[in-house]
Amino acid sequence: MASAHGTGIKPPARRLTWNDPTVRAVVYQVIALGLVAFGVWYLVSNTLHNLETRKIASGFDFLTREAGFAIGESPIYFGPENTYARAILVGILNTLRVAVVGIILATLLGTIIGIARLSKNWLLAKIASLYVEVMRNIPLLLHLFFWYALITEIMPGPRDALNPMPGVFISNRGIKVPSPTDHFAFDLAAGGFLLGLILSVVVAQWAKKRQERTGLTFPLMWSSLALILGLPLLGWLIGGAPTQLDVPVLRGFNFQGGATLTPEYAALLAGLVIYTAGFIAEVVRSGILAVSHGQWEAASALGFTRGRLLQLIVLPQALRVIIPPMTSQYLNITKNSSLAIAIGYPDIVSIANTTLNQTGQAIEGILVIMGVYLSISLSISLFMNWYNKHIALVER
Amino acid sequence: MASQQMIELQDVNKWYGQFHVLRNVNLSVKRGERIVICGPSGSGKSTMIRCINRLEEHQQGHIVVDGTELTNDLKNIEAIRRDVGMVFQHFNLFPHLTVLENLTLAPIWVLKKPKAEAEETAMKYLQRVRIPEQAKKYPGQLSGGQQQRVAIARSLCMQPKIMLFDEPTSALDPEMVKEVLDVMVGLAEEGGMTMLCVTHEMGFAKAVAHRVIFMDRGEIVEQNTPDQFFSNPQNERTKTFLGQILH
Amino acid sequence: MTNAPEITGETDIAPPVSSTGIVAWMRERLFSSPLNIIMTVLCGLLVIATLPPFIEWALIKAVWISPTADACRAARGGACWAFIAEKHRLILFGLYPYDEQWRPLLAALVNIALIVASCMRRFWNIRLLYIWGIGLVLISWLMWGGVLGLSYVENTKWGGLPLTLILATFGVGFAFPFGIVLALGRRSNMPAIKTLCIMYIELIRGVPLISLLFMSSVMLPLFFPEGFSIDKLLRAQIAIIMFAAAYIAEVVRGGLQAIPKGQYEAADALGLSYWKKTGLIILPQALKIVIPPMVSLFIAMFKDTSLVVIIGIFDLMNATKASLTDTAWKGFAVESYIFVSIIYFVFCFSMSKYSQQLEARLATGHKR
Repeated sequence: MASAHGTGIKPPARRLTWNDPTVRAVVYQVIALGLVAFGVWYLVSNTLHNLETRKIASGFDFLTREAGFAIGESPIYFGPENTYARAILVGILNTLRVAVVGIILATLLGTIIGIARLSKNWLLAKIASLYVEVMRNIPLLLHLFFWYALITEIMPGPRDALNPMPGVFISNRGIKVPSPTDHFAFDLAAGGFLLGLILSVVVAQWAKKRQERTGLTFPLMWSSLALILGLPLLGWLIGGAPTQLDVPVLRGFNFQGGATLTPEYAALLAGLVIYTAGFIAEVVRSGILAVSHGQWEAASALGFTRGRLLQLIVLPQALRVIIPPMTSQYLNITKNSSLAIAIGYPDIVSIANTTLNQTGQAIEGILVIMGVYLSISLSISLFMNWYNKHIALVER
Repeated sequence: MASQQMIELQDVNKWYGQFHVLRNVNLSVKRGERIVICGPSGSGKSTMIRCINRLEEHQQGHIVVDGTELTNDLKNIEAIRRDVGMVFQHFNLFPHLTVLENLTLAPIWVLKKPKAEAEETAMKYLQRVRIPEQAKKYPGQLSGGQQQRVAIARSLCMQPKIMLFDEPTSALDPEMVKEVLDVMVGLAEEGGMTMLCVTHEMGFAKAVAHRVIFMDRGEIVEQNTPDQFFSNPQNERTKTFLGQILH
Repeated sequence: MTNAPEITGETDIAPPVSSTGIVAWMRERLFSSPLNIIMTVLCGLLVIATLPPFIEWALIKAVWISPTADACRAARGGACWAFIAEKHRLILFGLYPYDEQWRPLLAALVNIALIVASCMRRFWNIRLLYIWGIGLVLISWLMWGGVLGLSYVENTKWGGLPLTLILATFGVGFAFPFGIVLALGRRSNMPAIKTLCIMYIELIRGVPLISLLFMSSVMLPLFFPEGFSIDKLLRAQIAIIMFAAAYIAEVVRGGLQAIPKGQYEAADALGLSYWKKTGLIILPQALKIVIPPMVSLFIAMFKDTSLVVIIGIFDLMNATKASLTDTAWKGFAVESYIFVSIIYFVFCFSMSKYSQQLEARLATGHKR
């Protein structure tokens, strides 16, 4: 506009007017920040005043005090004499315990169902889509209540516990399974398992090198399977093949011995896995469908067998599509495990809730819950962002 | 003792539901013969060549490729596919692999060649399609013409006896058609390769084809040498089609 | 198109029988290979193992009507639907005064009508706002009463399905404008505003809904001056709105990102201000794209409102739990959970089918 009047003209000096977008932006941002700051100040001052009048302590000093309550189940020792900090640690461990196992099982089940839904077999595909539609459209909380009710109300008492296979008892006190006794052979078996894992990796490396050199392929899946299953078996045999297990037996009103899945843990796990598997199935299905038909055709035309075609062409491409939504499902499992409180499983929310009820320190309690979940969520998101950048397809 | 017949189609019929795509197709292709197949869209020409490596299944009739009849036997199909290379309209390169990996994947896993040898062959063919400098790039970084040349090289790396081309230039921008056709002409001029090519590039047909086949409504309507086919078409449908194609 | 091939001609022969018809279909889809046959057999066994016993339990041996639980206890191995017949009013309407329960029923119907109207294309304009206004007034009047001849019912007595619908519908409805603002803020080039919006969205999305509900029930009372109290239901509604807004923001942001850059440039070239550009050009297109994911979000929120059980609000889920506490009718939890599951399923499934259809229809009109 102005610069059209010849050369040598300096750009017009900036004047601070309302029509300058930069000025506007600064003013808007100052207003926004001011409003937020005012809001925070207002809430904080109210809160401080309220805390004072209600004589509620603040700060995290309570963490070092004795908790004085018991926790139903805990992977580490916990008694009423332990501190709140340890109680919260138990909560975190319990949350992780259900989330990690839930993620593994839901991934397995969801993947099977997602693939089944794509099957050429009509019956299988129909059953799989029925599963997906039903499970996804019922609230998770209802799943939990349903499974919890099924275990605690429908299942018989310990005296007439269901005994689907020797040593396994299902009753309204949970699921009892035999656990290995303290025997040298079981340690050997565990060692064999680890050794099997390590050797599988070594064999895989060697097979890759050999293939590069000579072109010969190696049946990796079978060899790894043999190593991972065979070595523990060998260890167990060397240890004298003890057949003794710590089998649960009925004594009085309950079982003694063996390992237990409590009704709360079992119901929470079942609910989370069954519900989330429906979503994961859809993620897997759409991931596989995202690999275009042309890729299948091109690979078939090159003479790949079906297994190699899946391994080398389809899966690597499908995984790129699957991984981001799969991550958000994993985050969902972790966050949804907070529903544990509804059926009395002592996860972090449940324990923080007990803590805040006992101490009256609501704000700190909520902050603990939020802090735990935020750190889990953020660390997974950061990792995923890094991973996504890593595997993104290179395009022009 | 290799017979002279490379591909033999006998009374091949195929339906999509009720739609009759291939009607009594009979065709025999000699070793080293180069054939161009043309016809209006929906005439069954792509379906026919896709039946030859069984990307499509025929329902009646017999297809024999290099002495082996195509049946439901998976091993048979895999063996035939190793000998038959195919180039697609939409390239179908593997986007998650580099150009070089695209070329070596099948030789390594299907032909079980050592990696170094596979890479050497791959570079040789990349040279031949004139893009050795792109070896480390991903397909997404190449132009359409370059991608199609990589796709041709990928098929050649399997050292096939037969090459099938399914409209290799019709998804390309006009300025890239020539670079792909040049590669195909070069391949033809070396001789020895049996080639079946579905295309509307009549210049290519005139230059390299031994025989031109015209298909319409699932039938082979007319076949002749390129000279005869273009200068003296017999069938009315062929005439109409050529009128539309050649303006 | 003059020589388009005719589909039928005199040379036509029908496909071989072996490739069409029911037999061919079964051979293709059920028995094409040994693996396929094994699958079919296994699935068949699964169906045979589960379906007949379920039908026997749910239908054949079930007790449908009985004033007491004795008949149910007598008929072992059958479902006790009499329990549902007895308790359905409690499950559906909670503690709302029994004689007035036509009001929550009507309110629920109005609420459903509101959802249906929001799904209809012809209301996707300013009229939808009026419809929502009218709906809100109507539902409030029916539920609270107190004027125009209806007796006053305080909201602690509300419960059941109407409450679930209200929490979900108005949760998403009121969160919607906040979500849009947050999405625009996140895409703004003003760093302070962008940071605030990102912080809010990521904070809320990083924590479970339960923690927000707890916050609303134990922390909100501390936030406000003494003597100023918000009732429990409203606090839960606020938590749901806060929660939904963050997720809506992400959905809307997806829509904004899908708008081609050319649209922004064209609007700038026409000399439109930021707000005119956003309101007239960008948002109308972006919001249209995000309708299917918004429906999915609504389904998720509809299911998630059930979490208010945990802070003691009497929604559909809690009313169901309450019905189970009757000692005269102990032990029919599975029946009532199935009943409620069906209610949730009907709502969620029909909405998700609608969303799939819509997506297919919008996709044809919006191919790029």
